[in-house]
Amino acid sequence: MSEKIEEFDNRIIFAKTLIALANEDSKIVVVCNDSVGSSNLTEFRDLFPDRLIDVGIAEQNMVGVAAGLANAGFTPFVCAAAPFLTGRALEQIKADVVYTRTNVKLCGMSPGIAYGELGPTHHSIEDIAWMRALDSLPIVLPADEAQTAEAVRWAANMVGPVFMRIGRYKVPSVSQGQSPAFIPNKAMRIIDGSDVTIIATGTLVSRAVAAAAQLKVEGISARVINLSTVSPLDTIEILAAAKETKAIITAEESVTRGGVGGAVAEFVVQNHPIPMKLMGIDSFAPTGSATFLLEHFGLTADSIVASARELLKHGK
Amino acid sequence: MNTREISDLAREIRIQILHTIKGAGMGHIGGDFSVTDILATLFGSVLNVDPKNPNKSDRDRIILSKGHAAVALYSTLALRGFFPVEDLKTFAKPLSNLNGHPNRNKVPGVESNTGPLGHGFPIAVGTAIGAQLAKNGSRSFVIMGDGELQEGSNWEAAMFAGHRKLTNLIAVIDRNGFQQGSPTAKTNELDPLDKKFESFGWEVCLVDGHDYAALHKAFTDPQTKPRVVIAQTTKGKGVDFMEGKAEWHHKVPSAEQYEAALEQVGKQ
Repeated sequence: MSEKIEEFDNRIIFAKTLIALANEDSKIVVVCNDSVGSSNLTEFRDLFPDRLIDVGIAEQNMVGVAAGLANAGFTPFVCAAAPFLTGRALEQIKADVVYTRTNVKLCGMSPGIAYGELGPTHHSIEDIAWMRALDSLPIVLPADEAQTAEAVRWAANMVGPVFMRIGRYKVPSVSQGQSPAFIPNKAMRIIDGSDVTIIATGTLVSRAVAAAAQLKVEGISARVINLSTVSPLDTIEILAAAKETKAIITAEESVTRGGVGGAVAEFVVQNHPIPMKLMGIDSFAPTGSATFLLEHFGLTADSIVASARELLKHGK
Repeated sequence: MNTREISDLAREIRIQILHTIKGAGMGHIGGDFSVTDILATLFGSVLNVDPKNPNKSDRDRIILSKGHAAVALYSTLALRGFFPVEDLKTFAKPLSNLNGHPNRNKVPGVESNTGPLGHGFPIAVGTAIGAQLAKNGSRSFVIMGDGELQEGSNWEAAMFAGHRKLTNLIAVIDRNGFQQGSPTAKTNELDPLDKKFESFGWEVCLVDGHDYAALHKAFTDPQTKPRVVIAQTTKGKGVDFMEGKAEWHHKVPSAEQYEAALEQVGKQ
């Protein structure tokens, strides 16, 4: 391929959408932890200085303050690096936000292994498993620019807590002009197929799409599902995949134990068991860039293709 | 309410606490009694709250961070008309709305689901900032146990409230000197608590936590900074054999102890 595919940093559309929402609704506020720059919120702060509450480096206070702001009638978007938001403030998320059911939007910025060389302290591979364990907390993983914009708008307009991941490194569009690009509570089938289903999330969706193209050349028909909402799980779409294709691969930038792979497998094994392969990041990463680490952990189109071949060989 | 009426309310709260804990066979009676006069003063003569409209937007917020004193809060809310006093009998019974720790989605008047310590303070900072943004005059109160101040999250909140000069926020410390197992001074010393808060940008009010007039003044005097009311209290206040005894953190009175306690409290 000689043509350069255009790629986007989801944080840019995230901030743009928040500013648009804040212009429409005076109840939209941002709470962050010295993360104005890393969350791309400088413009928001300049436009709405009173409505950006930066608590400093204090995640427990950040989430508690957001719960209080929600109690006071506001719609706070908590914008903080995903590892610190979900790890440091887990009990505040559990008790003050999810159990109390406050209208707090938890935005995990730069999730997965986005921070690359900064190492496992700054990686957020456990967040999805942790958030999935909480009762009825919607978990949204927008895969591209269009999905990010629509998911943020949806989150602002629904009442109740949400956790969403906002990616850091640039990704290509996977929605390809599909409208809507994001449907709440629904998995997005972006390529149909009948041999194998690849269920991917976030940054892995574009790799799943590339894998499907390679498999097509080999005569394997791969269905690609962008699981942009992990909780609640779109069980209708997953059941269809289990019934209509011979195997399921899941691909995610997080631990599969309790993660996206875990979510899909829990459902499949109890309802229509078929062979599965869970691809993710199940150990602390060695030193390396995000791109290097995705390869290191086998989260590439080539590895997805190899997994598909392997599963279908065993399935025969 | 005048001081006499607040005192009457406090007596009724203590009686309900005794009934409720005796009926359930569980509860944190020591901490319930130490915080009773604080709750009676706040709900009797300070808070802008309406039991008929518990979610009105400009209400004052009161967050019981020491959620284990749920029975004291439930008794106060019931006596102030937020729900029927009769419901207190269901406390801790299967499927009751009255859990061992308060639940906002089940109990009118409860602002947040507290229980794990160190949670209420940041939430109250959030409600205070929200009131300033909304410009609705709402004030925020958070009631904490003293042992709870060992949680770091409180100091994150204290630092930030001092930085923002939140003059519509009052943190009340139920300074009974005990945590679950032993005196706070023996476990992890908190003093000098006043200097700690002063250095975080707070005005400090040291009061007798069982003196209604002093509490009322501490809760209503004009502020130029966030205020901490360090209320010196007695764990188990009102029942001589419970006062200042660590074991009454969550001990349940026997039939004889219950009668004796009821008699003492009834005279107050």
